[in-house]
Amino acid sequence: MANEVWVIAEQRDGKLKKVSFEILSCARKIADKLKVQLGAILLGDKVECLANVLGYYGTDKVFLCDSEILKNYSNEGYSQVIADFVKEHKPKILLGPSTAMGKDLLPRVAAKLGTGLASDCITLDIDSNGNLLLKRPIYAGKVIVDVFIDSSPQMASIRPNVLVMASPDESRRTEIIKSEVRISTEGIRAKVKEIVKSAGEKVDLTEAKVIVSGGRAMKGSENFKILEELACSFGEGATVGASRAAVDSGFAPHDMQVGQTGKVVNPEVYIACGISGAIQHLAGMQTSKCIIAINKDPEAPIFQKANYGIVGDLFQIVPLLAQEIKKTKAGN
Amino acid sequence: MNIVVCLKQVPDTETKIQINQGKDGISEEGVKFVINPYDEYAIEESLRIKEKFGGEVTILCLGPERVTESIRTALAMGADKAVHLCDPAFEKLDSYSTAKALSMALKNIPFDIILTGKQGVDYDNSQVFSVLAEILNIPQVSVVVGLEISDDKTKAIAKREIEAGGIEIVETSLPVIIAAQKGLNEPRYASLPGIMKAKKKEIKNLTLSDLGIPVDELRNKIKLINFGFPPPREAGKIIQGEAIEVAVELAKILHQEEKII
Ligand SMILES: Cc1cc2nc3c(=O)[nH]c(=O)nc-3n(C[C@H](O)[C@H](O)[C@H](O)COP(=O)(O)OP(=O)(O)OC[C@H]3O[C@@H](n4cnc5c(N)ncnc54)[C@H](O)[C@@H]3O)c2cc1C
Ligand SMILES: Nc1ncnc2c1ncn2[C@@H]1O[C@H](COP(=O)(O)O)[C@@H](O)[C@H]1O
Repeated sequence: MANEVWVIAEQRDGKLKKVSFEILSCARKIADKLKVQLGAILLGDKVECLANVLGYYGTDKVFLCDSEILKNYSNEGYSQVIADFVKEHKPKILLGPSTAMGKDLLPRVAAKLGTGLASDCITLDIDSNGNLLLKRPIYAGKVIVDVFIDSSPQMASIRPNVLVMASPDESRRTEIIKSEVRISTEGIRAKVKEIVKSAGEKVDLTEAKVIVSGGRAMKGSENFKILEELACSFGEGATVGASRAAVDSGFAPHDMQVGQTGKVVNPEVYIACGISGAIQHLAGMQTSKCIIAINKDPEAPIFQKANYGIVGDLFQIVPLLAQEIKKTKAGN
Repeated sequence: MNIVVCLKQVPDTETKIQINQGKDGISEEGVKFVINPYDEYAIEESLRIKEKFGGEVTILCLGPERVTESIRTALAMGADKAVHLCDPAFEKLDSYSTAKALSMALKNIPFDIILTGKQGVDYDNSQVFSVLAEILNIPQVSVVVGLEISDDKTKAIAKREIEAGGIEIVETSLPVIIAAQKGLNEPRYASLPGIMKAKKKEIKNLTLSDLGIPVDELRNKIKLINFGFPPPREAGKIIQGEAIEVAVELAKILHQEEKII
C-alpha cells in the first residue's frame, strides 16, 4: 500500500486542468518503474464524475473528497484534506501543479507533513533508488539546478506545459476511494467570497501555446487589438502578453506582464512585438520553443534570442501576419 | 496594529548571474543586492495600514551582514524597527528552515498582520509565507493585489490574483499572512529625513542561540546542486523584405517548419 506515487489533480469549475494530465502521464511512468500504484487526489464539490477521466491518464485509484465546503479553493481546507489522505495512506511521492492554486497550496501541505517541497520543476524522473530527479529554474530561468529532496514524502510541484501528456485510454478504469470532510466551514478562516473573472475566456499565460506580446512600442492600450487579432489567428490556446514598460505605461493590466517580476512562460511560439529584450523580460520567456521578434531596431537585444527576427514596423507587419496565418490555416 | 514585514535581500534583477566554483550557489562577487521587489509592496502596504490604524511596523529579516543595508532602506521608508536574524547557521537555509527560524523570532514579536512578498526573485520558491502560516497556525492569502482591513481590525478582505486574469475575493480573520503581488500599491521612496531618522532606529540582532532552536531542526530538506546555465539560445534567422513578403514567409515557416499552424 505504501510507496505509491500520488498526484494532486487540479480542477476549477468542474473542469480538470490540462497540467493534471501532464503530471499524471509522467507519474504513470514513474509508478511503473517503481512497480507501485498511481493515485490521484481530487477535491471539489460534485466532482466525482471527473474521477474516471483521471483513470484515462493512468490513475489506479482516486482519493476523492467531494463536499460543498470544497466548492471554492481554500488554502486551509484543501491542505487539511490532502494532508489527512497522505497521513493515512503514506505515499512515497506527492506531485502537484505549479499553478495559481498549486503555488498557494503545496507549500502548506508540505509544512503540514513536515516535508520539503521542490517547487516549480521542469523535469520529472526517478533514479534507481527511488529518489525523484528534478530540475528547476531559479533566478527566473537564468540558472537551472538539480533538486534533491531529503525528506519524506518527496514533494514536487511541476510547471504547466513542460511534460508530455499521454493520449487518454478511455477503456481504463480507476478505483475511487471516498473520504468524508473532517473540517467545518468555521475551521476555514480565509474564505473565497467571490471569484471575479476577466472579460472573455482568456487562456492563462503560463498555459498558453502561443503568446503575442507587446512592448512600449504599442503606444496605447487600444493598439493591443492588433496583437489580439494575431493571437486569434492561431486559434485556441493563444493569448496576449506585455512587457513591463507596456504595463507600467498603462497599456495592459499587470497580470499580462511577462518577465522576472511577471509571469514566467514557455509557450510553443512567443512573438515579441516592439520589445527590446531587457534581461528581466528575457528571463521570463527564454524557454519558449520558438521566439519571433518584430522590432524596428536591428540592434535590439531580443534578436539575440529569437529563432526568427523581423526588422520592421510592427504596426505594418502584425496585421499582415495575422492575415497570412488565417490564409494558411484556411488552405489546410 | 502590530504589523510585521518579512524582508528578503536578493540580487538586483539586472544581475548577470555567475555560478560559484562548487556549483552549489551563485558567485556574490560584484552582485548588487536589493530588497526583493515584491517585499517593497509589502513594506508600502504596512506603512499604509499604520497610517490608517496607527501601530508599529517591524521588519523581520534573515540573512547575512549585508542585509543591514536593505533593512535600513525599509526603516528609511518608514518602518519603526527591525529584527535581523544573523548567524552562520542561517546561511543557505531552505524555505522550510527559513520559515521555522522566522517563526521562532515571532514568538517575541506581537503581530496582527504579517506581510511578505509573493516570491523571492532569487530562488523563486514562493514558499516561506505558506510554511510560516502553517507553523503559526494562521490563515494566509497570497498573490494579493488589494487589501482592506475592517474598521474593528478583526477581519480583512484581500484580492488574490489567480489564473487568466481572474481575482479571488477572500475574507479572512486576523492575524493573517498576506503575500504581496505587484499591483497592490506603488512603493514610496525613502525621503531624506526618513534616511536620517532610520540611522537611529533599532535593529535587533538575533543568533541561533537567541532563538533557542536546536541546529538540527534547521537541517535543510531541499538541496540544490549542479548549478548550470540553460542551453544558450542562438540568434536565428533574420527574415528580410517588404512587410507583406515577410508576413508570407513567416506564415510559411510557422506552417511547414514549426508546424504550429
Ligand atoms: C526590478 C525590475 C523588474 C523588472 N521586471 C520586468 C519584467 O518582469 N518584465 C519586463 O518586461 N520588464 C521588466 N523590467 C523592465 C526592463 O528592465 C525593461 O525596462 C522593459 O522590459 C522594457 O520594455 P520594452 O521592451 O517594452 O520597452 P523598451 O526597452 O523601450 O523597448 C521598446 C522597443 O520597441 C521598439 N520599437 C519602437 N517602435 C517600434 C515599432 N513601430 N515597430 C517595432 N518595434 C518598435 C524599439 O526599437 C525598442 O527596442 C524590470 C525592471 C526592474 C528594475
Ligand atoms: N530570509 C528571509 N527573511 C525574511 N523574509 C523572507 C526570507 N526569505 C523569504 N522571506 C519572505 O517570504 C517571501 C517569499 O519568499 P520565497 O519563499 O523565498 O520565495 C519573500 O518575499 C519574503 O517576504
